[in-house]
Amino acid sequence: MPKNNKAFGQVSLFVNKYRKILLVAALVVTLVLPFLVKSQYIIRIIVMIGVYAVLGLSLNLVTGYTGQVSLGHAAFFAIGAYASAILSTRYGMGFFGSAPIGALIAGFCGLLLGLPTLRLSGSYLSITTMGFCEVVRMIFLNWDSMTNGPMGIQKIPKPVFFGTTLTLGNKGLYYLMLAMVIVTTYCISAIVNSKTGRALKAIRDDELAAGMMGVPTTRMKVFAFTASAFFSGFAGAFYAHMINYIDPNSFTFDTSILILSIVILGGMGTLTGPFLGSALLVSFPEALRFMREYRFVVYGLILVIMMRYKPQGVLGGQKRTPYALPKGVVRPETAKAKE
Amino acid sequence: MLFQQIINGLTLGIIYALVAVGYSLVFGILRLTNFSHGSVYAFGAHISMVLIGYSFGMLPAIIVSVLITGLLGILINKVGLEPLRKKKSKGISSLITTIGISYIIQNLLMIIFGSETKFFPKLFDYGNVTLGSAIIGVRQFIIFGIALVLLGLLTYVVNGTKIGLAMRAIEQNSKASNLMGIKVNSVISFTFFLGSASAGIAGTLISGYYQMVYPTMGVMVGLKAFAAAVLGGIGVLHGSIVGGLVIGLSETLAATYLGGSYADAVAFIILIIVLLFRPSGLFGKQDITKV
Repeated sequence: MPKNNKAFGQVSLFVNKYRKILLVAALVVTLVLPFLVKSQYIIRIIVMIGVYAVLGLSLNLVTGYTGQVSLGHAAFFAIGAYASAILSTRYGMGFFGSAPIGALIAGFCGLLLGLPTLRLSGSYLSITTMGFCEVVRMIFLNWDSMTNGPMGIQKIPKPVFFGTTLTLGNKGLYYLMLAMVIVTTYCISAIVNSKTGRALKAIRDDELAAGMMGVPTTRMKVFAFTASAFFSGFAGAFYAHMINYIDPNSFTFDTSILILSIVILGGMGTLTGPFLGSALLVSFPEALRFMREYRFVVYGLILVIMMRYKPQGVLGGQKRTPYALPKGVVRPETAKAKE
Repeated sequence: MLFQQIINGLTLGIIYALVAVGYSLVFGILRLTNFSHGSVYAFGAHISMVLIGYSFGMLPAIIVSVLITGLLGILINKVGLEPLRKKKSKGISSLITTIGISYIIQNLLMIIFGSETKFFPKLFDYGNVTLGSAIIGVRQFIIFGIALVLLGLLTYVVNGTKIGLAMRAIEQNSKASNLMGIKVNSVISFTFFLGSASAGIAGTLISGYYQMVYPTMGVMVGLKAFAAAVLGGIGVLHGSIVGGLVIGLSETLAATYLGGSYADAVAFIILIIVLLFRPSGLFGKQDITKV
């Protein structure tokens, strides 16, 4: 184990040293990737990885940074997807109008659910969110006049960008996904590195102490939850317009668990973790297709083994960079060294 | 009509109660939501189906299958959860582990038995009784009776025996009970055995009632039984029983008067409403945060 950690440490040192170059390289690779990969099937999987990375990032804000376990994030995913799909199929709105509204509606639902439930703690919060997810699914299943019930909504139009329909074939959806991922990552990292982010981490580490230090814990938790619901809703809207068809069974408890597993497997409380988790867990069932029915057994085994040997996630708990202090504040030991 | 629905609801509710008790026992001791419980329930039903197929008698078959299901619970604890406790992992690691285990069990069931719905022989088929306008199967009474006796037995084990005392001691403070000479790990294993065995019985009874078995049968029942356990106050046995009955009743009544598709949501709506006003459930003890 220590050897392993050392290797990880070296990797993270390397990453920190060449951070800018690596970032540029990653950007270039992601930009030209669709031209290198010919198979539309692979592109589709990559786009799905992007969607789940956004879901993972948004849940990470709640679970990884604030320490509240939500077992119902599929609900916000579904609300965003349904709201955007209904707006575009019934009211003829384009993706760029309906998706933000869908995300806002999801965020609003997050606020409504968060206000009363975030006063609960620990397991009770998980249970309420889980129940909420089931209730939302039942509403979509039964509200026939609006959601078309178990038949689902079909023929959701693809996003149109200045007259061009974005599809997987012309790589438009890939770049749209990329834009969504970048904006989400930017927003989440801005939240996490702000004063609010510090308050959230304080709540995660010790809620009581954070409250004593004057952090408005409930308000902060509700904020994190709402923001998280908003981004999940956006991912849902994108998903609906990409797949063109949604039904209540796309958003079950299993989906919530998949999102949570992505966060945990990748590493809770890291920005890169959800990407890795999503890449692993979304591509796994696809890569294991040859094992057919055994793949979900393997999926379960991976979760069990990960929790046993590396519960902090693949990228979790390896942070070597010192904590960033606000400007003008100097660490005591560096101040001494200067003298 | 109403009377008949109430009887149907109570029958379903007592089954939920049997499953909910398993959640409650494990949660009480480990503060862990055991998400593999639903798949254990499905496992119990499948094993019963196989053993009853061998026709060496209905009752021995059920008893053996319940014992096997109980052993599965011990296995889950020993292989999946005990190493995590030894490492003093965070609670969420155990939670994810149980989710992983439920995936494994459920999909193995699917591979071995196929994912289609299979026929389960009718249990206790002694005809119907007519009470007023309601026609009630005798097996409903028998199921209710068996479940009630078992729940009583479980309550006695927890409240009246030495090992029950050990369970309650661990619930309060596992370190101190260890120092007092209680073998914490064996008691936890025993708890898993009790919970899984009762889930196995519940699975067998409900399969005999509906006469069907399928690998994903535990998912919805697991979630609802969990809702029932929380509703009554998780960790409190009689709370789980009341919770189970309330959920079973409301679900049946909702199916009759609101339409079948709402039945599944009712459990969770009740749960959310109760949690908002009484976060620790109907009979739960208020948790005090210690500094």
